Amino acid sequence: MSAVLETRSLVKRFGGLAATNDVSLAVERGARHALIGPNGAGKTTLINLLTGVLEPTAGTIRLDGDDITTLAPHLRVRRGMVRTFQITQLFQSLTPLSSLALAVSVHRGESGVWWRRLGSDGAVAAECETLLERFRLADVLDQPVHALAYGKRRLLEIAMALACAPRVLLLDEPFAGVPEGERQEIFETISALPDDVSILLIEHDMDLVFNFARTVTVLVNGAVFAEGDVETVSRDPRVKAVYLGEDHG
Amino acid sequence: MLTLLFDGVAYGMLLFVLAVGLAVTLGLMNFINLAHGAFAMAGGYVTVLLMNRAGVPFLVCLPIAFAATALLGAVLERTLYRPMYARPHLDQVLFSIGLVFMAVTGVDYVVGSMQQNIHLPGWLQGRLPIEAVGIGKYRLFIIVTCAILTIALQWILSRTRFGSRLRAAVDDPRVAGGLGLDVNRIFLATFAVGSGLAGLGGALGAEVLGLDPTFPLKFMIYFLIVVSVGGTTTITGPLLAALLLGIADVAGKYYVPKLGAFIVYTVMIAILLWRPQGLFGRAAAR
Amino acid sequence: MSATPDAVAAPPAQRNGATSPAARSLAGYARWRWWELALFAALPLSWLLLPAQSLLLNEIAIVALFAVSLDLILGYAGIVSLGQAAFFGFGAYTAALFAKDVLPDPLTGLAVAVAASALLGLATSVLILRGSDLTRLMVTLGVASILYELANKLDWLTGGADGLQGVVMGPLTIPGTALAGFAFDLSGRTAYAYSLVVLAIVLVLARRLVHSPFGVSLQALRDNRLRAASIGVSTSLRLVAVYTIAAAIAGAAGALLAQTTGFASLDVFDFHRSAEVLLVLVIGGTGYLYGGIFGAIVFKLLHDLIAAWTPQYWNFWLGLFLVVLVLVGRDRFVRPWTWFGRRSATR
Repeated sequence: MSAVLETRSLVKRFGGLAATNDVSLAVERGARHALIGPNGAGKTTLINLLTGVLEPTAGTIRLDGDDITTLAPHLRVRRGMVRTFQITQLFQSLTPLSSLALAVSVHRGESGVWWRRLGSDGAVAAECETLLERFRLADVLDQPVHALAYGKRRLLEIAMALACAPRVLLLDEPFAGVPEGERQEIFETISALPDDVSILLIEHDMDLVFNFARTVTVLVNGAVFAEGDVETVSRDPRVKAVYLGEDHG
Repeated sequence: MLTLLFDGVAYGMLLFVLAVGLAVTLGLMNFINLAHGAFAMAGGYVTVLLMNRAGVPFLVCLPIAFAATALLGAVLERTLYRPMYARPHLDQVLFSIGLVFMAVTGVDYVVGSMQQNIHLPGWLQGRLPIEAVGIGKYRLFIIVTCAILTIALQWILSRTRFGSRLRAAVDDPRVAGGLGLDVNRIFLATFAVGSGLAGLGGALGAEVLGLDPTFPLKFMIYFLIVVSVGGTTTITGPLLAALLLGIADVAGKYYVPKLGAFIVYTVMIAILLWRPQGLFGRAAAR
Repeated sequence: MSATPDAVAAPPAQRNGATSPAARSLAGYARWRWWELALFAALPLSWLLLPAQSLLLNEIAIVALFAVSLDLILGYAGIVSLGQAAFFGFGAYTAALFAKDVLPDPLTGLAVAVAASALLGLATSVLILRGSDLTRLMVTLGVASILYELANKLDWLTGGADGLQGVVMGPLTIPGTALAGFAFDLSGRTAYAYSLVVLAIVLVLARRLVHSPFGVSLQALRDNRLRAASIGVSTSLRLVAVYTIAAAIAGAAGALLAQTTGFASLDVFDFHRSAEVLLVLVIGGTGYLYGGIFGAIVFKLLHDLIAAWTPQYWNFWLGLFLVVLVLVGRDRFVRPWTWFGRRSATR
């Protein structure tokens, strides 16, 4: 199986509502896979299920062939599945540097170290340096996160995910709220990610999807509506109908 | 034994009326108000002062206690509490502890620290000899009054428009606001009513629980137990929790006086360990 | 959590670039600030220069130590607790009973009290793992209340409401050194020195802790538990660890109180104790470890000032102070360096 992440008949019910309805999804190794669908289709719910924030009502999730359906969220991260959040979730009182240093330290298994200071390991500092450069955060490395401009916060959001050295990266609308001019920066960073990182991207903007993705899954009302390579799906009349009336640009 | 049960139920119902405002405030505004007991104390003192100084009959004092405390609650909500809703819980705790200290010492200064006595009207004193069990008339009165209040509350919540707005706002304030509900007014009204009920409970309870300036501090933990064990998403939850607490406390003090409040705390911890959201609460980790 | 620097042969921060801005900043976060050094210098100076105030200063040092324990769980890990007095009191009674019934040696008693409090902390830590802030508030309050009741009822052991009297401490002796035979006398000088040393040691160790990856992960948990989990930080073990450590420190403070005053009473478990240490910490500022010291000093000064003027109604002014403090905003209060610009980039 070349699928690095897959779900089988995944279901999530809230009371009578099936937010995720029998979803079987496979993310291939090295994929550039977009997950699209109208608002309320259940895309973020699916990400929450994949990362373990929500517990599925039925179905299984496999990472590299291992069943992780009941695995705790932080352990899934340790196995290489990392996500970003649509609404930025950051550590308000830390700085970009210490946030990244923490993420790197956790990845290196040093999160339990209590007798040496954060970053005493030179490799951690080096790694942070690289990330700060790549995400153009070097000029704000020491600023408290709560004082950062929105664009920088979006960048930090993604930088932190990368600090965990993910093998599977789940990006939940990384461009949300980012002004047109700054989107390119983020887009280039994501596109420059190595080929062995498998990416699942939730996105509304069809241009971005077209430019970035090779595979697309369309989610409607919690179920897989259409799936295939990006050309086929974008020309599918049913998909267009589903998006009729949706204003996205 | 039946007398104990009866007394426990009376105590429990009283605790419920006292604490229901706190439960709704917490569930609605996500505000930990440790000063809730001060409103109860206010109602008690209003009643005592009116009865002893102005000779107002007991029954008339009760609605006055409710109204006065509700007004006090409304004023404080609008001025002091509202800016605190968005604050972290620690700030709310500190704030309300500060208010309690002020209230306790303020009352001590104005009225003195002796326990206040209420002279119940004659028809409420004594016991009704029913079978072999003597049922205290006043405790019966308490149970009846509180039962009526509970039914009224439940009716308001489920049958009136205000009730459904309140339930919507508790469920999700942002969505409710987005639907055009005036969340501020709902908060104000709810806080006022909750405080008023506490005041009424304080008036009712003055004879049974004792009334002195340290009342809010003494009973704060009981109110909090009712709310944390009962959960904040229903009013039947706190009702059952209050009854449980009332009966357990009365029974405990009678059967095992050596252990006293120990049992209550242990049971509370055990329950919260088992179900952190309360016995009847929804598992919303806030 | 298996990879170790030894296995991966990481270059020390120096070699990889003492010039790399990231490395420099990271080192800077943990560096001793001038005012920290000044503070540590002031501690022994106060002992030397203010011998007549030793008893008072001892009180302040003990409260400060207690506040450090609360700062770890509240300021750094974000656990709202109204029951830290449980461990304070447990340490006090353990130390007092140990001195009375086993061995009056202060250091041994301190060690025993710390260990006992740590165990209690470990045992009760399971209570704070789940649930909302209110739940945690209630269970911490509940534990302290239970211990209060226990101490009250087990009066054959604890002296009940009268307290544990007649605790006579032996002289302070540090084995293996020439420091021996310092008796706890009425002047309180030995007591104050003793408390100061314990406070200093705890501060240094706590400082290492909060600047370490573990310490920063606690702050991450406090700031955003969801995100912390999303970068792989496990919650439960961490909280258990810090809660246990904080309990040990609180126990040490309680033990110091019992040992230096020769007395232990029920009020060590009282709600007022928990509320007071919370207030002290809030006055001094949470989340930078030294808030306890500044808060304890300010609190004591305020208390003596106001209590002299209106002894019965001190609580009123205390309450007013609290209300105003919170309305104005805790951050904008006693933190002089925040007046000079950069907000805590010390983490």
